[in-house]
Amino acid sequence: MKLTRRDALALGLGATAASLLPFRASAAADDAIAAFTGGMEAGEGGITLTAPEIAENGNTVPISVDAPGAVAIAVYAAGNPTPGVATFNFGPLAGSQSASTRIRLAGTQDVVAVAKMADGSFVKTSSTVKVTIGGCGG
Amino acid sequence: MLNRRDFLQVSMAASALVGASGFGNWARLAAQQALTQDQLLEFDTFGNVSLIHVTDIHAQLKPIYFREPSINLGVGENKGAVPHVTGADFRKLYGVEDGSPYHYALSSGDFSALGKAYGKVGGLDRVATVINSIRAARPDALLLDGGDTWHGSYTCYHTEGQDMVNVMNALKPDAMTFHWEFTLGSDRVREVVAELPFAALGANIFDAEWDEPAEDFEPYKFFERGGVKIAVIGQAFPYMPIANPGWMFPEYSFGIRTERMQEVVDEVRGMGAELVVLLSHNGFDVDKKMASLVTGIDVVLSGHTHDALPEPVLVGDTIIIASGSNGKFVSRVDLDVRDGRMMGFRHKLIPIFSDVIEPDKEVAALIDEQRAPYVDAMSEVIGETDSLLYRRGNFNGTWDDLICDALLSEREADIAMSPGVRWGPSLLPGDKITREDIWNATSMTYGKAYRSEMTGEFIHTIMEDVADNIFNPDPYYQQGGDMVRMGGLGYRIDITKPQGERISELTLLKTGEKLDPAKSYTVAGWASVNEDTEGPQIWDVVEDHIRTQGTVTVNPNTSVEVVGA
Repeated sequence: MKLTRRDALALGLGATAASLLPFRASAAADDAIAAFTGGMEAGEGGITLTAPEIAENGNTVPISVDAPGAVAIAVYAAGNPTPGVATFNFGPLAGSQSASTRIRLAGTQDVVAVAKMADGSFVKTSSTVKVTIGGCGG
Repeated sequence: MLNRRDFLQVSMAASALVGASGFGNWARLAAQQALTQDQLLEFDTFGNVSLIHVTDIHAQLKPIYFREPSINLGVGENKGAVPHVTGADFRKLYGVEDGSPYHYALSSGDFSALGKAYGKVGGLDRVATVINSIRAARPDALLLDGGDTWHGSYTCYHTEGQDMVNVMNALKPDAMTFHWEFTLGSDRVREVVAELPFAALGANIFDAEWDEPAEDFEPYKFFERGGVKIAVIGQAFPYMPIANPGWMFPEYSFGIRTERMQEVVDEVRGMGAELVVLLSHNGFDVDKKMASLVTGIDVVLSGHTHDALPEPVLVGDTIIIASGSNGKFVSRVDLDVRDGRMMGFRHKLIPIFSDVIEPDKEVAALIDEQRAPYVDAMSEVIGETDSLLYRRGNFNGTWDDLICDALLSEREADIAMSPGVRWGPSLLPGDKITREDIWNATSMTYGKAYRSEMTGEFIHTIMEDVADNIFNPDPYYQQGGDMVRMGGLGYRIDITKPQGERISELTLLKTGEKLDPAKSYTVAGWASVNEDTEGPQIWDVVEDHIRTQGTVTVNPNTSVEVVGA
């Protein structure tokens, strides 16, 4: 177990039990994605999102996205109070349509990546990143 | 013409038929009720490559008792699949006769009686004899250590792992990967690794700042054995900074990193590897999933979850080998590699019966040399046990029940929490409890016993969080330990439910009242991963408790109700 008194108190004040449960989706994330796609349905395939299964530190989670042929890739943290994380735009001279960054996650949630392709269509993928407080190794 | 997969299956079935695999032999030996070193080591050398796998030794230099779990539940696709088959079901699955040496070595049930009959297991001097015997048949066999080697004993703690390094060096491993080693602190790990006469591997050990492969560890190493170009890739424990104190090794990041593993496999195949071996500390279910996602791995030598399986598990074209823990087993895998492909294998999980296998004299002397400065302190008898003391089990073990009792009484707490680790040998009823025995069950570099106030709601949240690390249906979200052990608290767990809904009926045992989410309770625990934890060392707490008791008795734990198993 991993709790000292100080951290237990800090967590007790700063976080509620509910915040440790997964956020799968939110109206805010759906709205933000709809704004990016203009309401168009996003397909599957052609986009890769690489993220850890369990975050080592929820305050700085490394992720990368790759969508060959995309003109833009938007990343959302579906469970954050403000879901929009970043939008990467790729010009015609871009060597590859990929990007990596670090994001802050308020708790266990789905990270969503949506790519706008050159023909105006959209593709989407998501990955669950767990932010955990406990854990005892074997 | 057989395709490769058929050949593997045919090869495995055929070896069982002629008694060439370990398993075929075991049934016959069990009937004879007799064991000799020759029988344990009997193996018709096969193919052109031999791998020797040891893992999760946890610094057990000397013979010990080690009881396998009776409760080890699988979830999702792994429900009812090995290694989540225990006791009589395990014996039925593999055809092991009740009361046989293999019942004792591989499964739970009648452990105290069988332990008295068959004696202790393990001891690195016996392991040395087995390794020497395999090398006599195949001089260029590869010895691969899956990690959790430099942790877990009185001498290992006091020498910061040097005792294990010295003894393992004498066994001449070819490569190693890591987990608890990092709890020595990254400076100490780098200091030891710099002097290691073999490869320190971890394809998933990254620089935390730059998220690039760390320079201190190689992802893989090539060997040329029996005319075969072999790549051994290392995979360290993925959840090191989460399950163990990340502040002890802040420069490093880990993770499963499936895409990275595929890249590394492709890289070594591109460099001409004819055989790809993954030396892994992922844990068994994670290895199964990784083998299903990454193509091009022939053999996974699996560690971390301490499972001992008498036959490999096949996932696609990959065989997965599980070699137990605490020095109790050595796996030998012979492979036939031709035309750049693995064409067949022969495997034996060799149980190290300490009274049957002759100790290697040189290694025995080296072990005693490591222990000599500490023998007086370690051998002091603190008390005696009336009960079998063991650790393994998803929800409790008698060693942890005793540790929780010690925390409740010595630290005057309402509730105790003890980490769900899987290391630590067993003691039989009637055994003396020495200081060494207590350290075998508690030794670590972050062993301070904290005492803190927590609300009922927060205790519930912690339990839900830990339960999800074990019972999340996706193995990639599991950390490979067991449920946090609760002292003074009863509860109900439905392992089929999602996080937040598994744990209910939390009951404070001393009053019989339901836990009040809003009320604060005094909680004592140990192994906090947070820096600056304050309190006495857990081994001192346990020693004081046992000394006061004189003879300890641990009553059966009936405070956890399990649903959905």
